[in-house]
Amino acid sequence: MAVTEVTRSSPFSARLRETLRQIRKNWSAYLFIAPGLIHFAIFTVFAVGFAFYISFHEWNIIKPDKPYVGLQNYLDLIDDPRFHRAVKNTMTFMIGVPLNLIAGLFVALLLNTKVRGQAIYRTLFYIPVVTPLVVSSIIWKWVYQGDYGLLNYYLLQLGIIDHKITWLADPNLALPALIIMGIWGGTGATMVIYLAGLQSIPEEMYDAAKVDGASALQRLFYITIPLLRPTTFFLFITAVIGTFQIFTEIYIMTNGGPLNRTTTIGYYLYTKAFRQLEMGYATAMAFVLFAMIFVFTVIQWKYTRGDVEY
Amino acid sequence: MAITQTEKSVSQPISTPAVRRIKWQEVIGKLIVYILLTAGSIIFIAPWAWMVSASFQPIGQIFNWPPNWIPETFTLNNYRKFLAAEGFFRWVLNSGMLAVVVLVVQLFFNSLAAYTFAKRKFPGRDTIFLVMLGTLMIPGQLFLIPNYMILLRSPLFGGNNLLGQGGHGMLDSFWGIIIPYAFSVWSVFFMRQYMKGIPDDLLDAARMDGASEFAIYWKVVMPLCGPVLAAQAIFTFTFVWNDFFWPLIVISNPDLRTLQLGLALFVIKNRTVWDIVFAGSVISTIPVLLIFIFFQKYFIRGIALTGMK
Repeated sequence: MAVTEVTRSSPFSARLRETLRQIRKNWSAYLFIAPGLIHFAIFTVFAVGFAFYISFHEWNIIKPDKPYVGLQNYLDLIDDPRFHRAVKNTMTFMIGVPLNLIAGLFVALLLNTKVRGQAIYRTLFYIPVVTPLVVSSIIWKWVYQGDYGLLNYYLLQLGIIDHKITWLADPNLALPALIIMGIWGGTGATMVIYLAGLQSIPEEMYDAAKVDGASALQRLFYITIPLLRPTTFFLFITAVIGTFQIFTEIYIMTNGGPLNRTTTIGYYLYTKAFRQLEMGYATAMAFVLFAMIFVFTVIQWKYTRGDVEY
Repeated sequence: MAITQTEKSVSQPISTPAVRRIKWQEVIGKLIVYILLTAGSIIFIAPWAWMVSASFQPIGQIFNWPPNWIPETFTLNNYRKFLAAEGFFRWVLNSGMLAVVVLVVQLFFNSLAAYTFAKRKFPGRDTIFLVMLGTLMIPGQLFLIPNYMILLRSPLFGGNNLLGQGGHGMLDSFWGIIIPYAFSVWSVFFMRQYMKGIPDDLLDAARMDGASEFAIYWKVVMPLCGPVLAAQAIFTFTFVWNDFFWPLIVISNPDLRTLQLGLALFVIKNRTVWDIVFAGSVISTIPVLLIFIFFQKYFIRGIALTGMK
């Protein structure tokens, strides 16, 4: 009996002893990650748990009383027309994601034809990306300005419109105007990443296809685009996550208007939390946002992974 | 490679007219590429170029119709007015200081953690790292309110007692920006990928010579990480300099505003002084633009590495 006891417990306690020995031996490793780990524990792990807690309360920062309301915040979201509008607007913003990818790929393909002055073109397309978003918003506010704006002038010159349009004040045009600005600000970034992806495709693949008589378009659709799939996946996910959180340009250019037509989830969440001080409600909204991003990512991941394995 | 060469040298002498036709096609193709690229880059740079041009024009000319692309009367008055107005000069210093401090703090803690995750073996390493990576998908908005509360209730900061009551904590101070930004999982991941490529033999040799673990990190690993550190430094500086959302949440004292925050609030409050606004926009773009132009090599490589994963 005693013998079996020992044989049963010894592998476990031996493993435990070994682990403890390893921990003692590598104390400096724990010390080195300690600052980051403590930061992560507070500002990420604890923060998520705390957010979850807050989302079940009526949490007004200036009222000491923060009553528990159960699922009420989440249920209120279901009946909140402004939230529905914000979700719809955010989804409409997603139109910019594929447009951004296509524009970036197109420029990258052009630059990858070994043009002279590649660095200059790359810089010109990339400048909008490094420009602070506050500044981009100011620039585009002027571009879309009704009376003196650049866009109206050139569209009138080209005869595309016959009267001045106040782009950002028109409920049907404000959101598309912001999407176009987003493409302007994002193409340079996608281009640079696609360019790196293109340069990693071995030249031999194209040579082989040429020998087989594949046209330029066939090479694009049967070699380039399939081989860029991991890059596209990465760009797609980051662009979708970025779009879900659009805030600054709304804050500076439209304040969510006209008629809430440019209110995104990110912007609505901010106004709820810091203008109306309904922080519990805003946090519940953040969890719904998280769920949406999660579902999006999983779908995209499954779909892409399936294709890569094929 | 060798195959393509022989293929070319065989085909050339046989069919000269076909080669000539292909050359013409190539020239026309090149021409189209250049036209598209030039037209595209002009469209992309135009709104930005307009801002630069307008920042040197008196306000009356900014409102000219058709727009003036080249200033009729060149003036620096807008810049003078901007730097004189409402403490903008101070906000420029605030932004620069914050960006540099966050950059230094992040580079140190991130590289230390990245080195440990890349090169040390210890129980729990992979679990901890995976949990960290897993949180990258969580949107920033989720952390907004809890982190605001954490800053507000930080013990012994901003008049708070040991229990975090009584004052405003790290809110409305630079701590509120520096501390939350002191560590970045994304940047640890990125540096770790790079450090994995450093041969273990090098570290073992130093260990044999009796170097301490910290000395190995500081004297052996760090000097080999120039490119990745440069890329990270540029990213962090640009990110903090351009950041608007978090300063908007944390800072309310006008003296502590960052340049982006000050500029944005100025634009919202004064909707018509486009001359000052354009000058301010140019000033707040110059540092990141210069960094991008001078360190383009690292910037592009950094982005490429991130993108390729």
